[in-house]
Amino acid sequence: MTVPITIEIRTEQDIVLARQEGRNLSKQLGFGNIVQSRIATAISELARNIFQYAGAGTITIETVKEDGRVGVRIVAEDHGPGIRDIRRAMEDGFSTSGGLGAGLPGVRRMMDEFSIESSVDHGTRVVIIKWNS
Amino acid sequence: MWSSSNGTANVRKGRAGQLNRQHLQAQYKEILQAYLEGRGETQLYLAQQLGKWFLKQNVAPEEIIDMHLHTMEEMVDMPEPVRESFQLLTEVMIEYGNTYREHRSLRSRQKQLESEIEVAVTMQQTLLSEKVPSLEGVDIGLVSVPAKKMSGDYYHFVRHDADLFSVAIADITGKGIPAALCMSMIKYAMDCLYLTRLDPSEILFFLNGIVERNIDPSMFVTMLCGCYCLESHHFRYAVAGHEPGFLYRAKEETFYDLAGQGIALGVKRGAKYPEYSIGLEEGDLLILLTDGVTERKMGERFLQREELIGYLQAEVGRSAQEIADNLYRRLLELSHFELPDDHTMIVIRRA
Ligand SMILES: Nc1ncnc2c1ncn2[C@@H]1O[C@H](COP(=O)(O)OP(=O)(O)OP(=O)(O)O)[C@@H](O)[C@H]1O
Ligand SMILES: [Mg+2]
Repeated sequence: MTVPITIEIRTEQDIVLARQEGRNLSKQLGFGNIVQSRIATAISELARNIFQYAGAGTITIETVKEDGRVGVRIVAEDHGPGIRDIRRAMEDGFSTSGGLGAGLPGVRRMMDEFSIESSVDHGTRVVIIKWNS
Repeated sequence: MWSSSNGTANVRKGRAGQLNRQHLQAQYKEILQAYLEGRGETQLYLAQQLGKWFLKQNVAPEEIIDMHLHTMEEMVDMPEPVRESFQLLTEVMIEYGNTYREHRSLRSRQKQLESEIEVAVTMQQTLLSEKVPSLEGVDIGLVSVPAKKMSGDYYHFVRHDADLFSVAIADITGKGIPAALCMSMIKYAMDCLYLTRLDPSEILFFLNGIVERNIDPSMFVTMLCGCYCLESHHFRYAVAGHEPGFLYRAKEETFYDLAGQGIALGVKRGAKYPEYSIGLEEGDLLILLTDGVTERKMGERFLQREELIGYLQAEVGRSAQEIADNLYRRLLELSHFELPDDHTMIVIRRA
């Protein structure tokens, strides 16, 4: 069992670091190559959102065990402006990039579990889990 | 306030999925091996077919790259830089994979929307499915065909008592769903107004108020509202910016415009609609239509009213329904089977 790793996100370099940590842990846990890359991409998207919209925040990466299976859990948290309309933010085609690539809906599809909480002026917290099945 | 959205999509690949993946990989390997042994185009053809199969099985692009790498690793001694380079390729392809997955989810949403529209279409058909009344002394024909799934044309027949019936025809600007929603509003308003047995000009006056208050200023409705007396064979009507219909005088064998002044509904608050009255002789025809009938593009040019009269002239001997049917068919042929706007025509003949 590894201890949770928390990475402060302030610069793009921090995004790279978070991706790297996520990839390392998923490799250790025996995830396949593609899933490793998907986990790194998901972290990348969440960290980029922190960087772009909240300015600063944290990414926490840890191992989870449940019902005899192992997974990786990522918590992305910030105290930025929050998301006014979560339903719309989760809709395909809503992102500024016009829904190409990942964005929040893409992250949700790549992961097994996804939850988001956000409050205007208080911040945003996204938790994702990928199980190694 | 905290708002949240939870989503748990447990993609625990069942054994079936796992086996399937192994099976696909084995097939890929077989084809790749044969191809490297120089069998050429046949293998490329098989690869194309396999691609279709992959798509059917929802295999993402990045997974195929992974499949390729593993197969190559099994078959040849790969130089380290080549092997490493696949990581970069995978990373790029994941974005394509995301777009591919989004496409899939949008497709299923589209299916859902389409089935919702189907329900709405059925509802609208129920709203519009009024039987053409069969009356003694008057023969009525009707054709109403929407350009898209839902119609922005409206028509209405009501028999008030033994010797009086009302007829209305309207066209809502625009087509499709917005026009159809507006049409339902007109329909409900008309149902209420008819209960009060108002004159055509009063009906349009009230309807104008309703439309003006309830629809977007960019939309408007044109309408002709009429009342036919079966005893005197007088037709009283009022017009709100509607495409003029025709009056055919059998004795003179001539078509006249069924003219009338009045501004479209929803444009000017408090607008007044003068009432007109005409008497029909035996064999005379009233033809009411929407602009989908007349504003027809035929190749490079538009249909002229005189041409339309020519086509009507050729049909005057037939029953009211035949006239409406034949005109619809004729115009459809002339516009190369394209129907750019909703088409509604009502034919009324004094027998
Ligand atoms: N941490 C956050 N704080 C505040 N707003 C956020 C945060 N994360 C996302 N959002 C809001 O949600 C929207 C959707 O985010 P998402 O990541 O799906 O798309 P995007 O960032 O606009 O575009 P892309 O990620 O495709 O470049 C963003 O445009 C932004 O307004
Ligand atoms: Mg983003």
